[in-house]
Amino acid sequence: MMTASAPILPSPVSGGGIGRGFDPRQLRREFPIFANNPDLVFLDSAASAQKPRAVIDRMADYYRTDYANVHRGVYRLSARSTELFEEARDKVRRFLNAADRREIVFVRNTTEAINLVAQSWGPASLKPGDEVLISVLEHHSNIVPWQLLRDRIGIRLVVAPLDATGGLNLGEFEARLSPRTRLVAITQVANGTGAVVPVEVVVKLSHRMGAKVLIDGSQAAPRMPVDVQALGCDFYALTGHKVYGPTGIGALYGRYDLLAAMPPWQGGGEMILHVTFDKTEYQDPPHRFEAGTPDIAGAIGLGAALDFIEEVGRDNILEHEEALTGYGVDRLSRIVGLRLLGAGQRRLGILSFDLEGVHPHDVAQVLDQQQVAVRAGHHCAQPLMAWFDLSGTTRASLGAYNDERDIDRLVAAVEAAQEMFGR
Amino acid sequence: MMDLRELYQDIILDHGRRPRNFRKIEHPTHFAHGHNPLCGDRVTVFLTLDGDRIADVSFQGRGCAISTAAASLMTEVLKGKTIGEARALFAQFHARVTGGEPSELPKPLAEEAERLEPLTGVKAYPARVKCATLSWHALEAALKGGSSGETVKTE
Repeated sequence: MMTASAPILPSPVSGGGIGRGFDPRQLRREFPIFANNPDLVFLDSAASAQKPRAVIDRMADYYRTDYANVHRGVYRLSARSTELFEEARDKVRRFLNAADRREIVFVRNTTEAINLVAQSWGPASLKPGDEVLISVLEHHSNIVPWQLLRDRIGIRLVVAPLDATGGLNLGEFEARLSPRTRLVAITQVANGTGAVVPVEVVVKLSHRMGAKVLIDGSQAAPRMPVDVQALGCDFYALTGHKVYGPTGIGALYGRYDLLAAMPPWQGGGEMILHVTFDKTEYQDPPHRFEAGTPDIAGAIGLGAALDFIEEVGRDNILEHEEALTGYGVDRLSRIVGLRLLGAGQRRLGILSFDLEGVHPHDVAQVLDQQQVAVRAGHHCAQPLMAWFDLSGTTRASLGAYNDERDIDRLVAAVEAAQEMFGR
Repeated sequence: MMDLRELYQDIILDHGRRPRNFRKIEHPTHFAHGHNPLCGDRVTVFLTLDGDRIADVSFQGRGCAISTAAASLMTEVLKGKTIGEARALFAQFHARVTGGEPSELPKPLAEEAERLEPLTGVKAYPARVKCATLSWHALEAALKGGSSGETVKTE
Protein backbone atom coordinates (compact mmCIF):
# COMPACT_ATOMS: atom_id res chain seq x y z
CA MET A 1 0.00 0.00 0.00
CA MET A 2 1.00 3.55 -0.71
CA THR A 3 2.05 5.67 2.19
CA ALA A 4 0.13 8.81 2.93
CA SER A 5 1.18 11.60 0.62
CA ALA A 6 2.51 14.96 1.71
CA PRO A 7 -0.10 17.54 2.61
CA ILE A 8 -1.57 19.24 -0.42
CA LEU A 9 -1.46 22.65 1.12
CA PRO A 10 1.50 22.87 3.50
CA SER A 11 -0.35 25.30 5.71
CA PRO A 12 -3.46 27.39 5.44
CA VAL A 13 -2.45 30.09 3.03
CA SER A 14 -4.10 33.44 2.97
CA GLY A 15 -4.01 36.34 0.60
CA GLY A 16 -3.57 34.40 -2.64
CA GLY A 17 -7.19 33.66 -3.41
CA ILE A 18 -10.45 35.17 -2.45
CA GLY A 19 -11.53 32.45 -0.06
CA ARG A 20 -10.02 32.44 3.40
CA GLY A 21 -7.22 29.97 3.98
CA PHE A 22 -7.27 28.88 0.38
CA ASP A 23 -4.91 29.53 -2.47
CA PRO A 24 -6.24 28.30 -5.79
CA ARG A 25 -2.93 29.11 -7.48
CA GLN A 26 -1.14 26.74 -5.19
CA LEU A 27 -3.89 24.16 -5.53
CA ARG A 28 -3.61 24.39 -9.31
CA ARG A 29 -0.10 22.95 -9.07
CA GLU A 30 -1.64 19.70 -7.88
CA PHE A 31 -3.34 19.33 -11.27
CA PRO A 32 -0.88 18.24 -13.99
CA ILE A 33 -3.27 19.34 -16.75
CA PHE A 34 -2.40 22.96 -16.00
CA ALA A 35 1.33 22.35 -16.21
CA ASN A 36 0.81 20.67 -19.55
CA ASN A 37 -1.52 23.42 -20.80
CA PRO A 38 -0.04 26.51 -19.17
CA ASP A 39 -2.34 29.03 -20.82
CA LEU A 40 -5.55 27.06 -20.28
CA VAL A 41 -8.47 28.76 -18.57
CA PHE A 42 -10.60 25.77 -17.64
CA LEU A 43 -14.18 26.77 -16.90
CA ASP A 44 -15.97 23.50 -17.65
CA SER A 45 -15.76 21.63 -14.35
CA ALA A 46 -19.53 21.17 -14.29
CA ALA A 47 -19.06 18.86 -17.28
CA SER A 48 -16.08 17.15 -15.70
CA ALA A 49 -13.43 18.30 -13.25
CA GLN A 50 -9.68 17.99 -13.81
CA LYS A 51 -7.77 15.38 -11.85
CA PRO A 52 -5.23 16.01 -9.11
CA ARG A 53 -1.92 14.17 -9.10
CA ALA A 54 -3.08 12.31 -5.97
CA VAL A 55 -5.86 10.60 -7.97
CA ILE A 56 -3.78 9.90 -11.08
CA ASP A 57 -0.90 8.49 -9.04
CA ARG A 58 -3.12 6.47 -6.74
CA MET A 59 -4.75 4.68 -9.64
CA ALA A 60 -1.44 4.01 -11.36
CA ASP A 61 0.06 2.78 -8.09
CA TYR A 62 -2.87 0.51 -7.48
CA TYR A 63 -2.44 -1.11 -10.89
CA ARG A 64 1.30 -1.38 -10.33
CA THR A 65 1.27 -2.83 -6.83
CA ASP A 66 -2.10 -4.10 -5.61
CA TYR A 67 -4.22 -5.11 -8.57
CA ALA A 68 -6.36 -8.24 -8.61
CA ASN A 69 -10.07 -8.89 -8.86
CA VAL A 70 -12.13 -8.33 -5.74
CA HIS A 71 -14.31 -10.56 -3.54
CA ARG A 72 -12.97 -13.67 -5.28
CA GLY A 73 -9.48 -14.88 -4.62
CA VAL A 74 -8.15 -16.53 -1.50
CA TYR A 75 -4.71 -15.29 -2.38
CA ARG A 76 -3.36 -12.30 -0.52
CA LEU A 77 -3.21 -9.93 -3.49
CA SER A 78 -6.92 -10.31 -4.12
CA ALA A 79 -7.63 -9.83 -0.44
CA ARG A 80 -5.59 -6.63 -0.46
CA SER A 81 -7.38 -5.39 -3.56
CA THR A 82 -10.74 -6.16 -1.95
CA GLU A 83 -9.67 -4.30 1.15
CA LEU A 84 -8.74 -1.21 -0.88
CA PHE A 85 -11.98 -1.36 -2.85
CA GLU A 86 -14.06 -1.62 0.31
CA GLU A 87 -11.98 1.09 1.93
CA ALA A 88 -13.07 3.35 -0.95
CA ARG A 89 -16.67 2.58 -0.01
CA ASP A 90 -15.90 3.71 3.53
CA LYS A 91 -14.53 6.95 2.13
CA VAL A 92 -17.74 7.59 0.21
CA ARG A 93 -19.74 6.80 3.34
CA ARG A 94 -17.71 9.35 5.29
CA PHE A 95 -17.96 11.89 2.48
CA LEU A 96 -21.76 11.72 2.58
CA ASN A 97 -21.94 10.99 6.32
CA ALA A 98 -24.09 7.92 5.70
CA ALA A 99 -24.79 5.86 8.81
CA ASP A 100 -23.77 2.53 7.35
CA ARG A 101 -21.22 1.50 4.73
CA ARG A 102 -23.77 -0.91 3.23
CA GLU A 103 -25.77 2.12 2.12
CA ILE A 104 -23.14 3.00 -0.51
CA VAL A 105 -23.57 1.31 -3.90
CA PHE A 106 -20.88 1.78 -6.51
CA VAL A 107 -22.25 2.65 -9.94
CA ARG A 108 -20.80 4.13 -13.12
CA ASN A 109 -22.08 7.68 -12.63
CA THR A 110 -25.08 9.69 -11.42
CA THR A 111 -27.06 8.63 -14.47
CA GLU A 112 -26.66 4.99 -13.52
CA ALA A 113 -27.50 5.71 -9.88
CA ILE A 114 -30.80 7.29 -10.86
CA ASN A 115 -31.58 4.53 -13.34
CA LEU A 116 -30.90 1.97 -10.62
CA VAL A 117 -33.52 3.57 -8.37
CA ALA A 118 -35.95 3.97 -11.27
CA GLN A 119 -35.58 0.37 -12.39
CA SER A 120 -35.32 -1.39 -9.04
CA TRP A 121 -37.16 0.71 -6.47
CA GLY A 122 -39.62 2.02 -9.09
CA PRO A 123 -41.55 -1.07 -10.19
CA ALA A 124 -41.31 -2.60 -6.70
CA SER A 125 -42.80 0.45 -4.99
CA LEU A 126 -45.03 2.22 -7.49
CA LYS A 127 -48.32 1.42 -9.12
CA PRO A 128 -50.17 3.05 -12.00
CA GLY A 129 -51.31 6.56 -11.07
CA ASP A 130 -48.54 7.10 -8.51
CA GLU A 131 -46.55 10.26 -9.07
CA VAL A 132 -42.88 11.11 -9.31
CA LEU A 133 -42.24 14.82 -8.82
CA ILE A 134 -39.23 16.46 -10.45
CA SER A 135 -38.42 20.09 -11.29
CA VAL A 136 -37.70 22.21 -14.33
CA LEU A 137 -34.06 22.41 -13.17
CA GLU A 138 -33.28 18.77 -13.88
CA HIS A 139 -30.54 17.32 -16.05
CA HIS A 140 -31.85 14.84 -18.64
CA SER A 141 -30.52 12.05 -16.42
CA ASN A 142 -33.12 12.95 -13.82
CA ILE A 143 -35.93 13.19 -16.37
CA VAL A 144 -35.56 10.38 -18.88
CA PRO A 145 -35.29 7.45 -16.38
CA TRP A 146 -38.66 8.54 -14.94
CA GLN A 147 -40.19 8.85 -18.40
CA LEU A 148 -39.03 5.31 -19.17
CA LEU A 149 -40.60 4.14 -15.91
CA ARG A 150 -43.79 6.08 -16.68
CA ASP A 151 -44.07 4.39 -20.06
CA ARG A 152 -43.36 1.01 -18.50
CA ILE A 153 -45.68 0.98 -15.48
CA GLY A 154 -48.02 3.92 -15.94
CA ILE A 155 -46.89 6.33 -13.25
CA ARG A 156 -47.31 10.07 -13.71
CA LEU A 157 -44.40 12.45 -13.99
CA VAL A 158 -45.11 15.83 -12.40
CA VAL A 159 -42.86 18.86 -12.87
CA ALA A 160 -42.44 21.71 -10.38
CA PRO A 161 -41.86 25.09 -12.06
CA LEU A 162 -39.41 27.88 -11.24
CA ASP A 163 -40.10 31.32 -9.86
CA ALA A 164 -39.35 34.56 -11.71
CA THR A 165 -35.78 34.60 -10.41
CA GLY A 166 -34.94 31.14 -11.77
CA GLY A 167 -35.06 29.33 -8.44
CA LEU A 168 -37.35 26.45 -7.57
CA ASN A 169 -40.80 27.84 -6.80
CA LEU A 170 -41.31 26.27 -3.39
CA GLY A 171 -44.99 27.25 -3.23
CA GLU A 172 -45.69 25.60 -6.57
CA PHE A 173 -43.56 22.65 -5.54
CA GLU A 174 -45.58 22.17 -2.39
CA ALA A 175 -48.81 22.53 -4.35
CA ARG A 176 -47.76 19.60 -6.52
CA LEU A 177 -47.05 17.34 -3.58
CA SER A 178 -49.96 15.05 -2.87
CA PRO A 179 -50.60 11.66 -1.29
CA ARG A 180 -50.05 10.26 -4.79
CA THR A 181 -46.50 11.64 -4.80
CA ARG A 182 -44.32 8.65 -3.98
CA LEU A 183 -40.95 10.05 -4.94
CA VAL A 184 -39.43 13.49 -5.32
CA ALA A 185 -36.33 13.38 -7.53
CA ILE A 186 -34.54 16.68 -7.55
CA THR A 187 -31.16 18.25 -8.12
CA GLN A 188 -29.27 20.02 -5.35
CA VAL A 189 -27.42 22.36 -7.73
CA ALA A 190 -28.79 22.80 -11.27
CA ASN A 191 -26.14 22.09 -13.89
CA GLY A 192 -27.76 24.49 -16.35
CA THR A 193 -27.81 27.60 -14.14
CA GLY A 194 -26.12 26.87 -10.81
CA ALA A 195 -29.39 27.35 -8.92
CA VAL A 196 -29.10 25.85 -5.45
CA VAL A 197 -32.22 24.01 -4.34
CA PRO A 198 -33.01 24.18 -0.60
CA VAL A 199 -33.10 20.39 -0.39
CA GLU A 200 -33.55 20.40 3.41
CA VAL A 201 -36.91 22.11 2.88
CA VAL A 202 -37.76 19.83 -0.04
CA VAL A 203 -37.07 16.75 2.09
CA LYS A 204 -39.21 18.01 4.97
CA LEU A 205 -42.16 18.93 2.75
CA SER A 206 -41.91 15.67 0.82
CA HIS A 207 -41.61 13.43 3.86
CA ARG A 208 -44.58 15.15 5.45
CA MET A 209 -46.57 13.96 2.45
CA GLY A 210 -45.08 10.48 2.68
CA ALA A 211 -42.91 10.78 -0.42
CA LYS A 212 -39.35 9.48 -0.65
CA VAL A 213 -36.64 11.88 -1.85
CA LEU A 214 -33.80 11.26 -4.27
CA ILE A 215 -31.23 14.03 -4.58
CA ASP A 216 -29.07 14.41 -7.68
CA GLY A 217 -25.83 15.58 -6.12
CA SER A 218 -23.71 15.70 -9.29
CA GLN A 219 -22.98 19.41 -9.03
CA ALA A 220 -23.40 19.81 -5.27
CA ALA A 221 -21.04 17.06 -4.07
CA PRO A 222 -17.90 18.74 -5.47
CA ARG A 223 -18.91 22.15 -4.14
CA MET A 224 -20.45 21.84 -0.67
CA PRO A 225 -20.44 19.57 2.37
CA VAL A 226 -23.16 16.93 2.13
CA ASP A 227 -24.66 15.11 5.10
CA VAL A 228 -27.33 12.64 4.06
CA GLN A 229 -28.34 11.97 7.66
CA ALA A 230 -28.84 15.65 8.41
CA LEU A 231 -30.71 16.06 5.11
CA GLY A 232 -32.76 12.98 5.83
CA CYS A 233 -32.95 12.14 2.12
CA ASP A 234 -33.68 8.58 1.01
CA PHE A 235 -31.33 8.43 -1.97
CA TYR A 236 -28.37 10.58 -2.96
CA ALA A 237 -26.52 10.20 -6.26
CA LEU A 238 -23.08 11.47 -7.16
CA THR A 239 -20.54 10.93 -9.90
CA GLY A 240 -16.80 10.52 -9.42
CA HIS A 241 -15.51 12.55 -12.33
CA LYS A 242 -17.08 15.76 -11.07
CA VAL A 243 -15.50 15.40 -7.61
CA TYR A 244 -12.01 15.37 -9.16
CA GLY A 245 -12.08 11.58 -9.44
CA PRO A 246 -11.94 9.30 -12.49
CA THR A 247 -14.68 8.72 -15.02
CA GLY A 248 -16.66 5.49 -14.90
CA ILE A 249 -17.33 5.47 -11.18
CA GLY A 250 -20.05 7.04 -9.05
CA ALA A 251 -22.06 6.20 -6.00
CA LEU A 252 -25.63 5.84 -4.92
CA TYR A 253 -26.49 6.34 -1.29
CA GLY A 254 -29.73 4.61 -0.30
CA ARG A 255 -31.24 4.23 3.16
CA TYR A 256 -30.51 0.67 4.19
CA ASP A 257 -34.10 -0.40 4.81
CA LEU A 258 -35.00 0.81 1.31
CA LEU A 259 -32.06 -0.91 -0.37
CA ALA A 260 -32.76 -4.11 1.56
CA ALA A 261 -36.30 -4.19 0.19
CA MET A 262 -35.26 -3.51 -3.41
CA PRO A 263 -34.83 -6.30 -5.96
CA PRO A 264 -31.64 -6.62 -8.03
CA TRP A 265 -31.63 -4.62 -11.23
CA GLN A 266 -28.83 -6.39 -13.05
CA GLY A 267 -27.91 -10.02 -12.72
CA GLY A 268 -24.49 -11.63 -12.77
CA GLY A 269 -21.49 -12.38 -10.64
CA GLU A 270 -20.83 -10.54 -7.37
CA MET A 271 -24.50 -9.99 -6.61
CA ILE A 272 -25.41 -13.58 -5.74
CA LEU A 273 -25.16 -15.84 -2.70
CA HIS A 274 -26.04 -19.10 -4.37
CA VAL A 275 -27.07 -20.04 -7.88
CA THR A 276 -28.80 -23.13 -9.20
CA PHE A 277 -30.75 -23.38 -12.44
CA ASP A 278 -33.97 -23.33 -10.42
CA LYS A 279 -33.31 -20.50 -8.03
CA THR A 280 -30.80 -17.85 -7.14
CA GLU A 281 -30.30 -16.22 -3.77
CA TYR A 282 -29.11 -12.67 -3.89
CA GLN A 283 -26.55 -10.83 -1.82
CA ASP A 284 -27.53 -8.15 0.64
CA PRO A 285 -26.94 -4.52 -0.26
CA PRO A 286 -24.72 -3.05 -1.51
CA HIS A 287 -23.39 -6.06 -3.44
CA ARG A 288 -26.87 -7.01 -4.62
CA PHE A 289 -26.69 -3.97 -6.89
CA GLU A 290 -23.12 -4.44 -8.08
CA ALA A 291 -23.28 -7.22 -10.66
CA GLY A 292 -20.05 -8.09 -12.41
CA THR A 293 -16.49 -7.01 -11.81
CA PRO A 294 -16.70 -3.39 -10.69
CA ASP A 295 -14.49 -0.49 -11.67
CA ILE A 296 -12.03 -1.30 -8.90
CA ALA A 297 -9.35 1.21 -9.84
CA GLY A 298 -12.08 3.79 -10.40
CA ALA A 299 -13.44 3.26 -6.90
CA ILE A 300 -9.96 3.54 -5.42
CA GLY A 301 -9.35 6.67 -7.49
CA LEU A 302 -12.65 8.07 -6.25
CA GLY A 303 -11.54 7.38 -2.69
CA ALA A 304 -8.31 9.29 -3.37
CA ALA A 305 -10.33 12.18 -4.84
CA LEU A 306 -12.52 12.36 -1.74
CA ASP A 307 -9.40 12.33 0.47
CA PHE A 308 -8.08 15.18 -1.65
CA ILE A 309 -11.26 17.20 -1.22
CA GLU A 310 -11.26 16.60 2.54
CA GLU A 311 -7.66 17.66 2.74
CA VAL A 312 -8.32 20.90 0.88
CA GLY A 313 -11.37 21.32 3.06
CA ARG A 314 -14.96 21.22 1.90
CA ASP A 315 -15.83 24.42 3.70
CA ASN A 316 -12.81 26.05 2.06
CA ILE A 317 -13.95 24.92 -1.38
CA LEU A 318 -17.49 26.11 -0.75
CA GLU A 319 -16.34 29.46 0.52
CA HIS A 320 -13.96 29.87 -2.41
CA GLU A 321 -16.51 28.91 -5.04
CA GLU A 322 -19.18 31.12 -3.50
CA ALA A 323 -16.85 34.10 -3.53
CA LEU A 324 -15.70 33.37 -7.08
CA THR A 325 -19.29 32.84 -8.24
CA GLY A 326 -20.14 36.24 -6.80
CA TYR A 327 -17.17 37.79 -8.56
CA GLY A 328 -18.22 36.18 -11.84
CA VAL A 329 -21.81 37.37 -11.51
CA ASP A 330 -20.54 40.86 -10.80
CA ARG A 331 -18.14 40.97 -13.77
CA LEU A 332 -20.49 39.33 -16.28
CA SER A 333 -23.47 41.45 -15.25
CA ARG A 334 -21.63 44.55 -16.35
CA ILE A 335 -21.38 43.36 -19.94
CA VAL A 336 -24.05 45.09 -22.00
CA GLY A 337 -26.02 42.57 -24.05
CA LEU A 338 -25.17 39.66 -21.74
CA ARG A 339 -28.06 38.00 -19.95
CA LEU A 340 -27.10 35.78 -17.06
CA LEU A 341 -29.66 33.04 -16.52
CA GLY A 342 -31.37 33.49 -13.19
CA ALA A 343 -30.55 31.01 -10.46
CA GLY A 344 -32.91 32.11 -7.71
CA GLN A 345 -31.78 33.04 -4.22
CA ARG A 346 -28.52 31.20 -4.34
CA ARG A 347 -26.16 30.32 -7.20
CA LEU A 348 -23.10 28.14 -6.89
CA GLY A 349 -20.24 27.46 -9.29
CA ILE A 350 -22.11 27.86 -12.56
CA LEU A 351 -22.55 30.95 -14.74
CA SER A 352 -24.80 30.35 -17.71
CA PHE A 353 -25.45 33.21 -20.10
CA ASP A 354 -26.92 34.33 -23.38
CA LEU A 355 -25.05 36.89 -25.43
CA GLU A 356 -27.46 38.96 -27.45
CA GLY A 357 -27.25 38.20 -31.14
CA VAL A 358 -24.39 35.71 -30.82
CA HIS A 359 -24.96 31.98 -30.91
CA PRO A 360 -23.41 30.06 -27.97
CA HIS A 361 -21.26 27.96 -30.31
CA ASP A 362 -19.82 31.09 -31.87
CA VAL A 363 -19.13 32.47 -28.38
CA ALA A 364 -17.44 29.24 -27.33
CA GLN A 365 -15.38 29.20 -30.53
CA VAL A 366 -13.97 32.68 -29.85
CA LEU A 367 -13.41 31.76 -26.21
CA ASP A 368 -11.52 28.65 -27.26
CA GLN A 369 -9.29 30.81 -29.45
CA GLN A 370 -8.41 32.68 -26.23
CA GLN A 371 -7.79 29.34 -24.46
CA VAL A 372 -10.94 29.72 -22.40
CA ALA A 373 -12.72 26.35 -22.25
CA VAL A 374 -16.47 26.59 -21.62
CA ARG A 375 -19.48 24.54 -22.58
CA ALA A 376 -21.95 25.76 -25.19
CA GLY A 377 -25.35 24.29 -25.91
CA HIS A 378 -28.23 22.89 -23.89
CA HIS A 379 -26.14 21.24 -21.15
CA CYS A 380 -28.38 18.15 -21.22
CA ALA A 381 -31.11 20.31 -19.70
CA GLN A 382 -33.30 21.17 -22.67
CA PRO A 383 -36.49 21.74 -20.62
CA LEU A 384 -34.55 24.22 -18.47
CA MET A 385 -33.30 26.03 -21.57
CA ALA A 386 -36.85 26.09 -22.93
CA TRP A 387 -38.01 27.61 -19.63
CA PHE A 388 -35.75 30.57 -20.41
CA ASP A 389 -36.92 30.51 -24.04
CA LEU A 390 -33.45 29.60 -25.28
CA SER A 391 -32.12 26.63 -27.21
CA GLY A 392 -28.82 26.88 -25.41
CA THR A 393 -26.37 29.05 -23.50
CA THR A 394 -22.69 29.55 -22.94
CA ARG A 395 -21.79 28.11 -19.55
CA ALA A 396 -18.73 28.82 -17.45
CA SER A 397 -18.40 26.55 -14.44
CA LEU A 398 -15.93 26.62 -11.60
CA GLY A 399 -13.62 24.22 -9.88
CA ALA A 400 -11.51 24.67 -6.76
CA TYR A 401 -8.54 25.55 -9.00
CA ASN A 402 -10.13 28.58 -10.65
CA ASP A 403 -9.49 32.13 -9.50
CA GLU A 404 -10.37 35.72 -10.43
CA ARG A 405 -7.86 35.76 -13.27
CA ASP A 406 -9.87 33.01 -14.98
CA ILE A 407 -13.01 35.11 -14.70
CA ASP A 408 -11.13 38.16 -16.01
CA ARG A 409 -9.93 36.16 -19.01
CA LEU A 410 -13.50 34.94 -19.57
CA VAL A 411 -14.83 38.47 -19.52
CA ALA A 412 -12.15 39.69 -21.95
CA ALA A 413 -12.91 36.79 -24.29
CA VAL A 414 -16.66 37.45 -24.15
CA GLU A 415 -15.97 41.06 -25.06
CA ALA A 416 -13.82 39.89 -27.97
CA ALA A 417 -16.71 37.73 -29.16
CA GLN A 418 -19.06 40.68 -28.96
CA GLU A 419 -16.65 42.74 -30.98
CA MET A 420 -16.36 40.10 -33.66
CA PHE A 421 -20.08 39.44 -34.01
CA GLY A 422 -21.36 42.90 -33.08
CA ARG A 423 -23.72 44.52 -35.48
CA MET B 1 -3.43 28.01 -33.76
CA MET B 2 -5.16 29.15 -36.89
CA ASP B 3 -6.42 32.71 -36.95
CA LEU B 4 -10.10 32.69 -36.10
CA ARG B 5 -10.72 35.20 -38.86
CA GLU B 6 -10.08 32.40 -41.35
CA LEU B 7 -13.14 30.70 -39.90
CA TYR B 8 -15.14 33.87 -39.43
CA GLN B 9 -14.29 35.74 -42.64
CA ASP B 10 -16.05 39.02 -43.30
CA ILE B 11 -18.43 37.41 -45.75
CA ILE B 12 -19.45 34.82 -43.13
CA LEU B 13 -20.01 37.48 -40.48
CA ASP B 14 -22.02 39.52 -42.98
CA HIS B 15 -24.25 36.63 -44.06
CA GLY B 16 -24.52 35.52 -40.42
CA ARG B 17 -25.83 38.93 -39.41
CA ARG B 18 -27.93 39.62 -42.50
CA PRO B 19 -28.87 36.32 -44.08
CA ARG B 20 -30.17 36.47 -47.66
CA ASN B 21 -33.36 34.68 -48.68
CA PHE B 22 -34.28 34.32 -45.01
CA ARG B 23 -38.00 33.87 -45.50
CA LYS B 24 -40.67 31.26 -45.87
CA ILE B 25 -41.98 30.28 -49.32
CA GLU B 26 -45.73 29.99 -48.86
CA HIS B 27 -46.36 27.17 -51.30
CA PRO B 28 -43.06 25.38 -51.82
CA THR B 29 -42.90 22.40 -54.15
CA HIS B 30 -40.24 20.97 -51.86
CA PHE B 31 -39.15 21.62 -48.28
CA ALA B 32 -37.40 19.84 -45.43
CA HIS B 33 -36.08 20.49 -41.95
CA GLY B 34 -32.50 20.03 -40.86
CA HIS B 35 -31.64 19.38 -37.24
CA ASN B 36 -28.24 19.31 -35.60
CA PRO B 37 -28.82 17.42 -32.33
CA LEU B 38 -25.37 18.42 -31.10
CA CYS B 39 -26.29 22.08 -30.74
CA GLY B 40 -30.05 22.05 -31.22
CA ASP B 41 -29.84 24.18 -34.35
CA ARG B 42 -32.70 23.88 -36.79
CA VAL B 43 -33.11 25.04 -40.35
CA THR B 44 -35.95 24.69 -42.84
CA VAL B 45 -35.13 24.87 -46.56
CA PHE B 46 -37.91 25.79 -49.01
CA LEU B 47 -37.76 25.24 -52.77
CA THR B 48 -39.92 26.11 -55.73
CA LEU B 49 -38.97 23.89 -58.64
CA ASP B 50 -39.89 24.75 -62.17
CA GLY B 51 -39.42 21.41 -63.88
CA ASP B 52 -35.82 20.53 -63.19
CA ARG B 53 -34.78 24.05 -62.29
CA ILE B 54 -34.72 25.82 -58.91
CA ALA B 55 -36.92 28.88 -59.48
CA ASP B 56 -36.80 29.98 -55.86
CA VAL B 57 -35.06 28.85 -52.70
CA SER B 58 -35.16 30.21 -49.17
CA PHE B 59 -34.57 29.19 -45.58
CA GLN B 60 -35.59 29.90 -42.02
CA GLY B 61 -34.20 28.78 -38.73
CA ARG B 62 -31.99 29.51 -35.80
CA GLY B 63 -28.33 28.76 -35.78
CA CYS B 64 -24.79 29.94 -35.30
CA ALA B 65 -23.01 32.37 -37.62
CA ILE B 66 -21.54 29.50 -39.65
CA SER B 67 -24.79 27.63 -40.22
CA THR B 68 -26.73 30.81 -40.96
CA ALA B 69 -24.09 32.07 -43.42
CA ALA B 70 -23.84 28.63 -45.02
CA ALA B 71 -27.58 28.50 -45.60
CA SER B 72 -27.63 32.05 -46.91
CA LEU B 73 -24.77 31.47 -49.35
CA MET B 74 -26.34 28.19 -50.42
CA THR B 75 -29.58 29.92 -51.41
CA GLU B 76 -27.63 32.49 -53.38
CA VAL B 77 -25.71 29.98 -55.47
CA LEU B 78 -28.66 27.65 -55.99
CA LYS B 79 -31.11 30.02 -57.58
CA GLY B 80 -31.59 29.11 -61.24
CA LYS B 81 -29.58 25.88 -61.00
CA THR B 82 -30.85 22.48 -62.06
CA ILE B 83 -31.24 19.68 -59.52
CA GLY B 84 -28.22 17.97 -61.03
CA GLU B 85 -26.14 21.12 -60.67
CA ALA B 86 -27.29 21.61 -57.08
CA ARG B 87 -26.22 18.07 -56.20
CA ALA B 88 -22.88 18.51 -57.93
CA LEU B 89 -22.30 21.72 -55.95
CA PHE B 90 -23.14 19.95 -52.69
CA ALA B 91 -20.86 17.02 -53.49
CA GLN B 92 -18.00 19.37 -54.23
CA PHE B 93 -18.66 21.56 -51.18
CA HIS B 94 -18.94 18.52 -48.90
CA ALA B 95 -15.62 17.22 -50.12
CA ARG B 96 -13.96 20.58 -49.57
CA VAL B 97 -15.17 21.04 -45.98
CA THR B 98 -14.46 17.46 -44.95
CA GLY B 99 -11.04 17.32 -46.57
CA GLY B 100 -12.16 14.88 -49.26
CA GLU B 101 -11.24 14.88 -52.92
CA PRO B 102 -13.31 17.59 -54.64
CA SER B 103 -14.62 16.64 -58.05
CA GLU B 104 -14.00 18.82 -61.12
CA LEU B 105 -16.95 21.01 -61.96
CA PRO B 106 -17.68 22.53 -65.36
CA LYS B 107 -16.49 26.14 -65.64
CA PRO B 108 -19.63 28.20 -64.83
CA LEU B 109 -20.49 25.92 -61.93
CA ALA B 110 -16.93 26.02 -60.66
CA GLU B 111 -17.23 29.79 -60.43
CA GLU B 112 -20.39 29.44 -58.34
CA ALA B 113 -18.62 26.96 -56.10
CA GLU B 114 -15.91 29.53 -55.50
CA ARG B 115 -18.49 31.68 -53.73
CA LEU B 116 -18.67 28.98 -51.05
CA GLU B 117 -14.92 29.11 -50.51
CA PRO B 118 -15.14 31.31 -47.35
CA LEU B 119 -16.94 28.45 -45.61
CA THR B 120 -14.15 25.96 -46.11
CA GLY B 121 -12.35 27.35 -43.05
CA VAL B 122 -14.48 24.93 -41.01
CA LYS B 123 -12.32 22.00 -42.05
CA ALA B 124 -9.80 23.06 -39.39
CA TYR B 125 -12.61 22.85 -36.79
CA PRO B 126 -14.16 19.36 -37.02
CA ALA B 127 -16.93 20.26 -34.55
CA ARG B 128 -18.14 22.98 -36.91
CA VAL B 129 -18.25 21.07 -40.22
CA LYS B 130 -21.86 20.10 -39.55
CA CYS B 131 -22.80 23.74 -39.09
CA ALA B 132 -21.66 24.38 -42.66
CA THR B 133 -23.41 21.36 -44.15
CA LEU B 134 -26.71 21.35 -42.21
CA SER B 135 -28.65 23.41 -44.78
CA TRP B 136 -27.25 21.33 -47.62
CA HIS B 137 -28.43 18.14 -45.95
CA ALA B 138 -31.86 19.74 -45.58
CA LEU B 139 -31.75 20.66 -49.29
CA GLU B 140 -30.95 17.06 -50.19
CA ALA B 141 -33.84 15.84 -48.01
CA ALA B 142 -36.19 18.36 -49.62
CA LEU B 143 -35.22 17.22 -53.11
CA LYS B 144 -35.85 13.60 -52.12
CA GLY B 145 -38.97 14.12 -50.03
CA GLY B 146 -40.80 16.79 -52.02
CA SER B 147 -43.55 18.49 -50.04
CA SER B 148 -43.64 15.90 -47.23
CA GLY B 149 -41.42 18.11 -45.05
CA GLU B 150 -39.04 15.50 -43.70
CA THR B 151 -36.52 16.13 -40.94
CA VAL B 152 -32.92 15.20 -41.53
CA LYS B 153 -30.39 14.97 -38.74
CA THR B 154 -26.70 15.66 -39.16
CA GLU B 155 -25.82 12.59 -37.11
